[in-house]
Amino acid sequence: MIELFNVTKKYGNKTAINNISLFVRSGEVLGLLGPNGAGKSTTMRIIAGYLLPTSGSVKVAGFDVVKEPVTAKRYIGYLPENPPLYKDMTVYDYINFAAELRGLKGKDKAHHVNRVIEEVGISDVKKRLIGHLSRGYRQRVGLAQALVANPQVLILDEPTVGLDPQQIIEIRQLIQELSGKRTVILSSHILPEVSSLCHRVAIINKGNLIVENTPQNLGKSLMGHQEIVLQIKGPQDKICTTLESLSGIKNITVSKVLKENLCEYTVQSELDKDIRESLFYAMSEGNFPILEMKSSFMSLEEIFLELVTEEPTAASQKEAN
Amino acid sequence: MNAVISIFKKEIKGFFYSPLAYVISAVILALGGYFFSVTLFTTRIADISGVFMNLAVILIFAAPALTMKLLAGEEQDGTMEFLLTSPITVPQLIIGKYLAALGFFLFITALTFIYPGILLTLSTPDKGVILATYLGFFLLVAAYLSIGILCSSFTKSQVIASISGFGILLLLWISSWLSDSISGPLGSFFKTLSISEHYMDFLRGVIDTTHIVYFMSIILVSLILSMYSVSSRVWS
Ligand SMILES: Nc1ncnc2c1ncn2[C@@H]1O[C@H](COP(=O)(O)OP(=O)(O)O)[C@@H](O)[C@H]1O
Ligand SMILES: [Mg+2]
Repeated sequence: MIELFNVTKKYGNKTAINNISLFVRSGEVLGLLGPNGAGKSTTMRIIAGYLLPTSGSVKVAGFDVVKEPVTAKRYIGYLPENPPLYKDMTVYDYINFAAELRGLKGKDKAHHVNRVIEEVGISDVKKRLIGHLSRGYRQRVGLAQALVANPQVLILDEPTVGLDPQQIIEIRQLIQELSGKRTVILSSHILPEVSSLCHRVAIINKGNLIVENTPQNLGKSLMGHQEIVLQIKGPQDKICTTLESLSGIKNITVSKVLKENLCEYTVQSELDKDIRESLFYAMSEGNFPILEMKSSFMSLEEIFLELVTEEPTAASQKEAN
Repeated sequence: MNAVISIFKKEIKGFFYSPLAYVISAVILALGGYFFSVTLFTTRIADISGVFMNLAVILIFAAPALTMKLLAGEEQDGTMEFLLTSPITVPQLIIGKYLAALGFFLFITALTFIYPGILLTLSTPDKGVILATYLGFFLLVAAYLSIGILCSSFTKSQVIASISGFGILLLLWISSWLSDSISGPLGSFFKTLSISEHYMDFLRGVIDTTHIVYFMSIILVSLILSMYSVSSRVWS
């Protein structure tokens, strides 16, 4: 649905994004993750047709956004980082205007305007001036504008930035509902947001696409092994020897001694092997009850830091602040 | 076409809801009425050319003040991103906005019909001259507004947009003065460039196609440059 082929964007001689290729399938929600200045907004603006790429090409629904901008834009609903709102217009008039610009007319237009106002929950403020609304409501109006023509592709640039925690929860819920059958690209520098809303995550830093995968796979591939944390009752040395006898085990550590005869073990195994079953049978054979077993993935937070953080130099520290 | 109409509707509504637009209209009409009654009572000649000469000068200030928000305001509020990512073209955007400004000025112009109206009830002025005057006035305003839009396309500051528009219009208005002191081809060039030079004939009742071509060229060039200026944001 969205295809980026070797897209590079330079502002003057500063490279904002560098040779990014990215494909988003129909119905998929892709999270674009990266620190401030990574190039998320630039990427989204190029897809939305607000900026031309310096080189490379972008297709939305099969249409080249540079060669057939008007057709491509018909498929896209776009919410920029700062919601583009007319403060002296009423909510209804603004959504109506957005609908007209997308070519809706007459009854069809009225239907879509009312539908989207209902959908994003702004019915009770539709007669108010946008300038008088709270940030949370403004963000909803911004979403309504993007959604009014029921676009197949939704591009949301940091949709929860600047909202208070309650509003963030509400907007995230709304996005989850709205994603539905749509193809969505969503940018964020907040990690849990991306892992909860997105099927796939693309991490960019300094204009480069670093890695792209499902949130779960990202964790696995980065650690290079799987990790299981267990609480097992029984003598420590015997349990350890039993564990060592299993195939596919890379490393065993006793991470905590909880009681006499009860310890927490961290077991690392090869990536492509699921050892949980054989582990269970081995323990039950030896009469060592497993009280707790959980897989431990690296959280996105850790992945992100691992990927993005380099040896911090004084200069880059300053930039980050 | 539909996109042009949508933008036209939004902007014309914006003018009719904007206090600034009313203040500007009121100033234009008050000054116009003042000049009209002064000429009428002092000279007792049934002539509106004086009023329309003065209106042309007032509009040098007023036209850019009305157009300043059209593009610079969108840039300032971040709504240009919304417009340019909508499935419309830049020419549609510019033409919709331009026609709205022109539409609002037609409304103000309609209010000036009082002046010839009063003359027609009091005496028998030359109707041909009045028609020529209005044609000239319309072309003049249309040219002013196109330059106003062009100035609004360069910047996100409405102040800079209006002041630069005012500067350009004033220079075009007085460039015939230069031709008095400069002789030769350069002098006649400045004379050809001058708005006042082309406008004056209409007030005398003369409709000359070169003047019409002059005003149309200004409009065309300004609007095309505005389109390039807005598009260049996407290209940059
Ligand atoms: N209009 C612009 N002119 C010059 N540089 C820009 C412009 N917009 C963004 N940049 C630069 O491009 C880089 C990427 O910016 P951006 O895409 O906004 O990042 P993000 O959205 O991930 O924070 C940054 O270094 C930023 O300073
Ligand atoms: Mg950004």
